[in-house]
Amino acid sequence: MLVASPRMGHVDILLGDLLERLGIEYMVPPKSSERTLALGSKHAPEFSCLPLKINIGNFIEALENGADTLIMAGGRGPCRFGYYAEVEKRILNEAGYEFEMVVVEPPSMGISKFLGPIKEASGKSSRKIIKALKESFPKAQAYDMLEKYVLQNRCYEVIPGSTTKAYKQAMDVLSNIKSTSEVEGYLREAISVVDEVDKDPSRDVLKIGIIGEFFILLEPFANFDIEEWLGSRGVYLERSVYVTDWIGPAGENPVGGASPSEIAELAKPYLSHAVGGEGLQSVGHTIHYARDGFDGVVHMFPFTCMPETIAKSILPRVARDIHIPIIHFTIDEQTGKAGIATRMEAFLDLLMSKKRARAGN
Amino acid sequence: MTQLGAEVVVSNPTSKKTVNTGTVFADNELCLPVKVFYGHLMDLKERVDAIFVPRIVSVVKKEYTCPKFLGLPDMSRALEDDMPEIIDTTINMQEGWRQYMKSVLELGSRFSSSRMKVMGAYKNGVTALRDYHHHMLSGKTPIELLEKKNFSAQKPRLKVGIAGHPYNIYDQYISMNLIKRLKGMGVDVVTAEMIPDSVIELENSRLPKKLFWTYEKEVVGTVYHWANNKSVDGIIYVLSFACGPDSLVQVLLEHELRKNNNVPMMPLVIDEHSAEAGLITRVEAFVDMIGRKKESLVC
Repeated sequence: MLVASPRMGHVDILLGDLLERLGIEYMVPPKSSERTLALGSKHAPEFSCLPLKINIGNFIEALENGADTLIMAGGRGPCRFGYYAEVEKRILNEAGYEFEMVVVEPPSMGISKFLGPIKEASGKSSRKIIKALKESFPKAQAYDMLEKYVLQNRCYEVIPGSTTKAYKQAMDVLSNIKSTSEVEGYLREAISVVDEVDKDPSRDVLKIGIIGEFFILLEPFANFDIEEWLGSRGVYLERSVYVTDWIGPAGENPVGGASPSEIAELAKPYLSHAVGGEGLQSVGHTIHYARDGFDGVVHMFPFTCMPETIAKSILPRVARDIHIPIIHFTIDEQTGKAGIATRMEAFLDLLMSKKRARAGN
Repeated sequence: MTQLGAEVVVSNPTSKKTVNTGTVFADNELCLPVKVFYGHLMDLKERVDAIFVPRIVSVVKKEYTCPKFLGLPDMSRALEDDMPEIIDTTINMQEGWRQYMKSVLELGSRFSSSRMKVMGAYKNGVTALRDYHHHMLSGKTPIELLEKKNFSAQKPRLKVGIAGHPYNIYDQYISMNLIKRLKGMGVDVVTAEMIPDSVIELENSRLPKKLFWTYEKEVVGTVYHWANNKSVDGIIYVLSFACGPDSLVQVLLEHELRKNNNVPMMPLVIDEHSAEAGLITRVEAFVDMIGRKKESLVC
């Protein structure tokens, strides 16, 4: 059995580590590319959301490379993601591919739907699976912490690209983690690698919060590596979602910081009910960033994404009330990097002139 | 609400103006029904003290309606600074009947301090709704019932099922009079409302994973039912562009129909740019095709 999963940021590191501990052979599909997207768009329904299309592309490329089992997360709605696995299975079957699919539902739908499929695939007991999860998870969290640190520090680099280079080395450091007790030590070492980059702390940086749908935010291919782009233009970044916060137990966000309930409370005057996905979080985080004195907010989501379209309908009102500039990017298979770059440059100019005007007064 | 002494104003039937106004105010990525809804809100805005936009989270336990329904009251409020009060009674069956009745009483208490009166008005409302559902099971479409019209086709030679969301199919402007048009072509029309809930549930039980959207379950159950007992000659599946749940459900439907290979289905995607001529051409072609198919089977 050779298991493959869709790509999304460094979720493959968490999954790879977990499956290795369970004795399952795991393959990371090739990096998402134009071909991946073309394959996905060809087979997926026209106005399904972009993550589905990229997922399907990843799966096809994994199957081409010899995978025979696909692993996918489930969900309980109301966001479409919860029904992805079911639809992906049918689409790939219709396209003539043969494979097994392991669908792991969230524990909130019943612990047997969560552990059962993993038990069946690995032949390991629930206890062993939970033990493996407890060891893999902190390691993945270390990757998230490192990523967060890079987002906050890239803006000060003196030599363009030096942080990205150091980030890669730092990730190699983290790959040495074998057990939970080693996490802290290696994380410190990894961060010191990033710290060695030449910095100019006096630089006048803009502070921007990135909000939106998790897949677009977490997968560099889907967001055109926007974080590196912004960071290298001297923008200090915070992001509303991280891989382990998203997968981890609800109610806590150890990496991102602000807890979901805190964010929901902030959103309340504008959106008083969860709308699936990260819709509520997007509204709440905007207010959170405004309070922390950020210069602006970047909102990214897939075209036709239901929760984020709701957020987008409400955010202009929030922006007017609390005076924070927001730029929205709707991403689909037609979106080009140049278009995003042009709009983003204009947005940065605007934020900078606003900031300078404020400083002048 | 009328029984409780409120004056109820219903927005005017959807027109070109409704759609245009809605499109101006709405975010361009929203689906057509929400744009139309905005048009109706703006129609009411200057004429009322408050607008009733319930937050219909869930009508069946462990299921949802559609995410957009969950955000509608907040989206309505964000529309303009001077919106009238939005009454956003939450209907959430995930929280059970007790919470539901609490919501009903809370809404009623705005109009009357007598619980008895509120309960009485609620019961009358439910009875009226039940009668309406009952009538539809007999084969009448909502348009015919509400408008007290009869579009019955003369000696129907074909039977077409129309699947999709009621707010698209039964809005005469949005659906461009699809039902009336079909009946005018001598085609009998059946819809989801004519199928009992138990059948819808049964058909849905064939899905490996339960759908969590109640209204999509209706679409799937309906189409699966027609496909399996071959009670229609063709299916027209009306869906609005950018409809999230429908984009996935479409796969479930097409997969099933291809597997059975008997009932043809035409997806009809509508948005604010849909033109009548395009629709008529496609519908006529579809009816011709299924007519020819039927004749060839007879011979």
